[in-house]
Amino acid sequence: MRRFLYVLPVVVFTVLALFFLKGLTLNPRDIPSVLIDRPVPEMSLAPLPGRGESSGLSTKDLKGRVSLVNIYGSWCISCVQEHPVLMEIKRRGDVPIHAVDWRDDPVLGAAWLKKNGDPYERVGVDPPPGRTAVDFGVTGAPESFIVDKAGVIRYKHVGPISMEIWTKTLLPIIRELEKR
Amino acid sequence: MTLTCHPERSEGSPLGTSFPILRRLGRMRSLGFARDDGRIAAVFVAALLVLSAPAWAVNPDEMLKDPAQEHRARELGKDLRCLVCQNQSIDDSDADLAKDLRVIVRERIAKGDSDDQVRKFVVDRYGDYVLLKPPFKMSTLALWLGPLALFLGALWAVLAFYRRRPAEKAAPPPPPLSAEEQRRLDKLLKESER
Repeated sequence: MRRFLYVLPVVVFTVLALFFLKGLTLNPRDIPSVLIDRPVPEMSLAPLPGRGESSGLSTKDLKGRVSLVNIYGSWCISCVQEHPVLMEIKRRGDVPIHAVDWRDDPVLGAAWLKKNGDPYERVGVDPPPGRTAVDFGVTGAPESFIVDKAGVIRYKHVGPISMEIWTKTLLPIIRELEKR
Repeated sequence: MTLTCHPERSEGSPLGTSFPILRRLGRMRSLGFARDDGRIAAVFVAALLVLSAPAWAVNPDEMLKDPAQEHRARELGKDLRCLVCQNQSIDDSDADLAKDLRVIVRERIAKGDSDDQVRKFVVDRYGDYVLLKPPFKMSTLALWLGPLALFLGALWAVLAFYRRRPAEKAAPPPPPLSAEEQRRLDKLLKESER
């Protein structure tokens, strides 16, 4: 018993140190989304100018097929980095990609797609105060959600998608959901 | 627009209001305060820094007309985390997302939501993480009770340590010095006196 007491501080310290060590490697931006396994929020977003009257994004558009919903904005710097990957996904035809143009001037949002390429099927404009983005629990751009055939959110990716993340993480999840 | 955290704000700086007073200090110089005015200025600036109200991020155009509702929005905002500047509340943060959340919180209040309903609305979207004061539940038990447990453990260790001490004191006193030892001690003491 006595001997155990001498070791106790070391044990307590080790346990705490392991917790803190683990904490050092965690990304504070990776906040677990509470929206996983919940239906996509109710929305009916207007289209971008020049993309056609019926190209806006509504809740019902996300039913029937597995799809990717990307949050972007013409002001978003990391989106520029991510965009070529989305273009490649579009080229390969992996999955339909929709977008929410978040907190943006629709004219700028449309011009940004003209400049960088348009990989999206549907784009909905979410003007400030970004109610749809808040309903999605968005904390920044870019963010991407995998939505299943029933219109339920199954996965959230925070930050730009790289080709590696796409092929190793997101695409397998999508393929799995497509089988159901 | 950016989603960065602005460490300081251009408006509401406490020093901005201090200039008329510094000018007044200049006038005091002619009244014979010349030698001390540096010190007086320092005291004034220090006083201004202490007395200045914190610079809120809330913009006037966001505010609700009803002061009672606005007060509720402020109190709610102080407890809601800005998810961009994670250690700031939405009330403190200049990030656009914080502004959006302030606006949405006020919309809910204006629609007649209770404080708990507003909090639930935000937690439903962002999880418990958005609350700066985490709720007391099973998954946060260690968070709330951990410090208390550590304190009680430390208290117990200290008490146990001091309870053992009297026993050590009760140990038999060392035998008296022999004549030879006493002589050596006296010699050493004498040497140290010199």
